[in-house]
Amino acid sequence: MDEILEILEKDARTTAEDMAKMLKKKPKDIKERIKKYEKEGVILKYKTVLNKDLVHDEEYRLRALIEVNIIPQKDVGFDKIAERIYSFPEVSSCYLISGTYDLLLVVEGKNIHTVSNFVAEKLACLENVRGTTTHFLLKKYKEDGVMLKHKEENKRIAISY
Amino acid sequence: MKISRKVEQMQPSGIRAFFDLVLGMKDVISLGVGEPDFTTPWPIREAGISSLEEGFTSYTSNKGLYKLRLSVSRYLENRYGVKYCPDEEILIAVGVSEAMDLALRTIINPGDKILIPTPSYVSYGPLTELAGGLPVYIDTQKDGFKLTPRNLERHIDKKTKGIIFNYPCNPTGVSYNRKELIEINKLLSGHKIICLSDEIYGDLTYDFEHVMFPSLPKAKENTVYFNGFSKSYAMTGWRVGFACGPKEIIAGMTKIHQYTIMCVSITSQMAACEALHSGRKSVEEMKREYVRRREFIIEGLNEIGLTCHKPQGAFYAFPSIKKTGLKSLDFAQRLLKEEKVAVIPSTAFGLQLEDYIRISYASSFDNLKEALRRMKSFLNK
Repeated sequence: MDEILEILEKDARTTAEDMAKMLKKKPKDIKERIKKYEKEGVILKYKTVLNKDLVHDEEYRLRALIEVNIIPQKDVGFDKIAERIYSFPEVSSCYLISGTYDLLLVVEGKNIHTVSNFVAEKLACLENVRGTTTHFLLKKYKEDGVMLKHKEENKRIAISY
Repeated sequence: MKISRKVEQMQPSGIRAFFDLVLGMKDVISLGVGEPDFTTPWPIREAGISSLEEGFTSYTSNKGLYKLRLSVSRYLENRYGVKYCPDEEILIAVGVSEAMDLALRTIINPGDKILIPTPSYVSYGPLTELAGGLPVYIDTQKDGFKLTPRNLERHIDKKTKGIIFNYPCNPTGVSYNRKELIEINKLLSGHKIICLSDEIYGDLTYDFEHVMFPSLPKAKENTVYFNGFSKSYAMTGWRVGFACGPKEIIAGMTKIHQYTIMCVSITSQMAACEALHSGRKSVEEMKREYVRRREFIIEGLNEIGLTCHKPQGAFYAFPSIKKTGLKSLDFAQRLLKEEKVAVIPSTAFGLQLEDYIRISYASSFDNLKEALRRMKSFLNK
């Protein structure tokens, strides 16, 4: 992987000027590379990782993982029905996976009722959906490689040889 | 209370007081740290934990766990093509620090001379003296902190027993390529001088492949090779290192080790095994990160007027502060008081070295950036 991407994945705020110093390149070239990555869709967006447990949020959203069994369609397989499902705004992630079921969804809702309503009234009644299993998330420990806890204090002593 | 004169005379420098000052202050950005800012990779920590759960709480063989010695032996053979017998030629010690002490005590007869290129790591001189030897310091300032064959030859005489050769070097980051090492080895083996080769930073060599000293032609029989887990695997607190060398020397070292230390903590040894089995990937990751920091800090230091050669390894920069007109310890004290940045005065690495500071870039980018900003404002006063 290009080191520019490695650095940005760790800290998206790193400036092109700083990266230029680290990688011994011109800031202009770095900026162009980043532009290119953005254009090609390699870099999709920059976002901040929050520890939601510490955010006092009226809009708090409950998360559920939903396993979906579907009947694939002629010619288009799973893609068409997957599109119908992931287009719902309640669905924040959608993966096709191997194993005992076909799609894994991450669904967010205000509370347990909104999520179950979504499942009962929208998802389960789709023509090609054979069945669903819903798991509500109780606690998040780690997400996208980030451990969701306070940064540990540096335990090194300030001076050593 | 009267203590021994030898010990009384150790560490005469005023740096201790400076260290106490740093430890007592708050909100200091410390670039004075000689250890990685990573924590030990999880699989290695996990190995330590499970060894405790499984009840490994006993002594091990004096030489260290056989499986660790075997892993070390295999690792060195795969990496550098040098074979050491795990039974007779490898000793597991409490870091390179202990191993170096053992080696010096093993080879020195009273009055033997040990060559130490300076700037050098802090312990070499005092350990040599404690072992009854005479440290002979070789000043390398004029040659960009590199030991040249000519400079080396000038310091060799009949009493020269060994040399402590450390590359990549703490504090300068200087390292040597194969050609340079071959020249040095020719002189050493020609004079039958034992090379105590401290290669603890070997994995952190950036511009070329690290060359292991005993891998040079005819070098192995005259060399004790030192390495450990502290720097490459971020395992400083576990205290595990090893020495490999001729069996007579290793046997001598083992004798002293069995009376003073007995053996290295078994938990640490089990964790070290895991480091050699699964840790290579994290070494490479850490190394890439250090390279980026190196470029960043060296350019930054030169920009603010602290001229600095480019170190080829370890995680230290060794800029000159000559232009400021300040002596090394004054510079460090004032920088600490006025801008709250801690660096190490070069006098720690050789008493006559007044014109440099050691900066460790084993610190986050945010810290390095802020430290550079503060140093700039200090220099502009």
